[in-house]
Amino acid sequence: MALDPILLSRLQFAFVVSFHAIFPVFTIGLASYVAVLQGLFVATGNTVWDRLGLFWTKIFAVVFGMGVVSGIVMAFQFGTNWSNFAQMAANFIGPMLSYEVVTAFFLEAGFLGVLLFGRHRVSPAVHFFAALMVAVGTFISAFWILATNSWMQTPQGYEIREGMVHVTSWIEAIFNPSFPYRFAHMAMAAFLTGGFVVCGVSAWFLLRRRDVEAHKRALSMTMWLLLILTPLQAWIGDEHGLNTLEHQPMKIAAMEGNWETESNVPLLLFALPDRDLQANRVEIGIPNGASLILRHDPDGVVPGLDQIDRAQQPPVWITFYSFRVMVALGLLMIAFAVAGLVLRKGGRVYHSRWFLRGLQGMSLAPFVAVVAGWVVTETGRSPWLIYGVLDYADAITPSLSGGMVLFTLLGYIAVYAVIFIAGVYYLCKVINQGLDEHDDTEELDSHDRPARPMSAAHVPFDDARDDRAPNRS
Amino acid sequence: MEMFDLSLIWAVIIAFSVIMYVLMDGFDLGLGILFPFAPDEDARDVMMNSVAPVWDGNETWLVLGGTGLIAAFPLVYTILLPALYLGVFLMLAGLIFRGVAFEFRFKSKRTRGWWNAAFAGGSFVAAFAQGCVVGAYIQGFETADRVYTGGAFDWLTPFSILTGLGLVVGYTLLGATWLVLKSEGHVREWARGLIPKLLIGVLAVFVIVSLWTPWIDPGVFDRWFDHMQVIWLLPFAALLCAVGIYVATRRRREGLAFLLTLGLFIFTYLGLLVSRWPYVIPPDYTLWDAASAPESQFFLLIGVLFVVPIILTYTAWSYWVFRGKVRVGEGYH
Repeated sequence: MALDPILLSRLQFAFVVSFHAIFPVFTIGLASYVAVLQGLFVATGNTVWDRLGLFWTKIFAVVFGMGVVSGIVMAFQFGTNWSNFAQMAANFIGPMLSYEVVTAFFLEAGFLGVLLFGRHRVSPAVHFFAALMVAVGTFISAFWILATNSWMQTPQGYEIREGMVHVTSWIEAIFNPSFPYRFAHMAMAAFLTGGFVVCGVSAWFLLRRRDVEAHKRALSMTMWLLLILTPLQAWIGDEHGLNTLEHQPMKIAAMEGNWETESNVPLLLFALPDRDLQANRVEIGIPNGASLILRHDPDGVVPGLDQIDRAQQPPVWITFYSFRVMVALGLLMIAFAVAGLVLRKGGRVYHSRWFLRGLQGMSLAPFVAVVAGWVVTETGRSPWLIYGVLDYADAITPSLSGGMVLFTLLGYIAVYAVIFIAGVYYLCKVINQGLDEHDDTEELDSHDRPARPMSAAHVPFDDARDDRAPNRS
Repeated sequence: MEMFDLSLIWAVIIAFSVIMYVLMDGFDLGLGILFPFAPDEDARDVMMNSVAPVWDGNETWLVLGGTGLIAAFPLVYTILLPALYLGVFLMLAGLIFRGVAFEFRFKSKRTRGWWNAAFAGGSFVAAFAQGCVVGAYIQGFETADRVYTGGAFDWLTPFSILTGLGLVVGYTLLGATWLVLKSEGHVREWARGLIPKLLIGVLAVFVIVSLWTPWIDPGVFDRWFDHMQVIWLLPFAALLCAVGIYVATRRRREGLAFLLTLGLFIFTYLGLLVSRWPYVIPPDYTLWDAASAPESQFFLLIGVLFVVPIILTYTAWSYWVFRGKVRVGEGYH
């Protein structure tokens, strides 16, 4: 069997970027939550906010560290596997990616150190300010990355001279048509991820009757937040979809499993798409549903895959089902948020075992939804790397062989498996340590500025809980 | 914009990022390579603690250099990375293992041996891969029509293996002089004893590479033997540094020995740069051929000129804060 370097490179990129993305999506949401906690501490003076802030800052530190380590690889992927794309688009993506690094640098140089290690060295107000700046910084980082991705989906503000993209307007290129929607959708996803993880961990503590008062507060405030954000995200997602309909209609066609351009298109709940038939073998749907959602009119015409050549059609199976996974999880999130509101009566939200257990499970839901959503948008633009401009076959590194890609793909899987297992294992230790195990000596003894985020969490990796890290003795 | 040669400015910025990376990550990679040979676990604690506060910042220069390349000299990025495909993977895998080991070794007891091995192995692989890149770079790359056309293992030749080992020994020397500066007692004596041996190794590679390099390519030969006699000062200065390291170590001038090792690296680096200047992808493309559009170079330059001084100040400050000796049992954690 011949190894296809294009397919393997796509798999490799999908793997490294999905693996990397789960960390930032979490840290972006968590950074804002930490800022809120520290803000509440400043505003009320109630130390329970500070204790929660410390706990979640430790978790933030570990996840941030893992995100940085896994992110180094991303900076090199464009050159190693997609060098023709990198060469063609460098005039735009180069400055974008570099500005992300510059932003992260700036952030790490100052405020992160104060947030992680300055708790007892600066006033609560200054500490809050640092937390706020870290939260802002994570959004600025996301800004550059999402601007780059959105430009690849809906490019504008450029011209092509001698086979290279030349930016004619930075404003137009950065604020391209899909960018505002993608940014809003992703920012909300980050909040939801942070929110559901906080709820899940709080539920875990409540089920074990540990630090009940503090975690009740955390759960309560976060459930209120989710009650607002989960429906809001559904609305933003809908708007994002309408934007996609306008600019990438074939992605919508694949998401809806719609082969023929016609009116009165049903909203399919289940289907067996068949590329050879150019139709679905079986389908179960709500009549006129897709027309109603996409055109707000039962007679609205929805584009179908028949508009393009078979070779240009995105893979329908993956796009169709990833989209349904994302939407189903989104609806489940709304259901949990509403259930939380109902259970507030009589305080059952803090005691109902099925609800708390469900919340524990739901802490994984946003991660799955985020990855599924990215699979939809990235697979749905197939075969274009820059939509309508550059396809996979022209974007790949010409000298690449299938064997080379397979070797590095397996290598990255092995490397990331080790990091992931060690990281998640350690994260569980940090969570299990809970709120009360900290003492002031955990602040840096005699130094001011450590650069390494993970050193903010002083939890032994493999020893009993009361056993201090040996080098501190 | 036409008043300045933006490409030249960017060449200086990236060359600066690279040498900053080599010097700063060099000594902590060197410590990693020395790790398995340390006399005891206390020594390993001291070694790690001596770089713990700064190593993370050191590696950010690599990321800045990498993304700076795609923005300012995309052709370098899109020819070097495909050409060095497997080497780049090994380097990244090494750096990742080593980074994770850094975090978890301090926090573990039972699994400590594994993290020690990951730290040492990762450091060695990363250093060796970087050295091979240097060798491959001097050899030049097979290209046609602005695309790499060579094979997957073109970067791995006897010459590049030699430069790979050379950089491993060089980083180890840098690590040893750093450790002498930062430690005391039996750790310092152990590190001091290594310096003459490492110095011999570095000089051996230095001499072989220096004699070999001009014969790799006629362009390099002409550069060294044609006009520009002044560049002979660079290898001469490097050799002078080597002698200085030996003398300074014998006289227990620890700071001077470390600075001279940095000097040895800087002069060797400059020597390599002039061998190929102004070709950034030898033997075919100059830095002006490889440049991105001026408006892109300018757009990013604004941000970089703003941030790099801040990074430098902050780096200098953190080295100042963490100055002085690291003692056994005195943890930074």
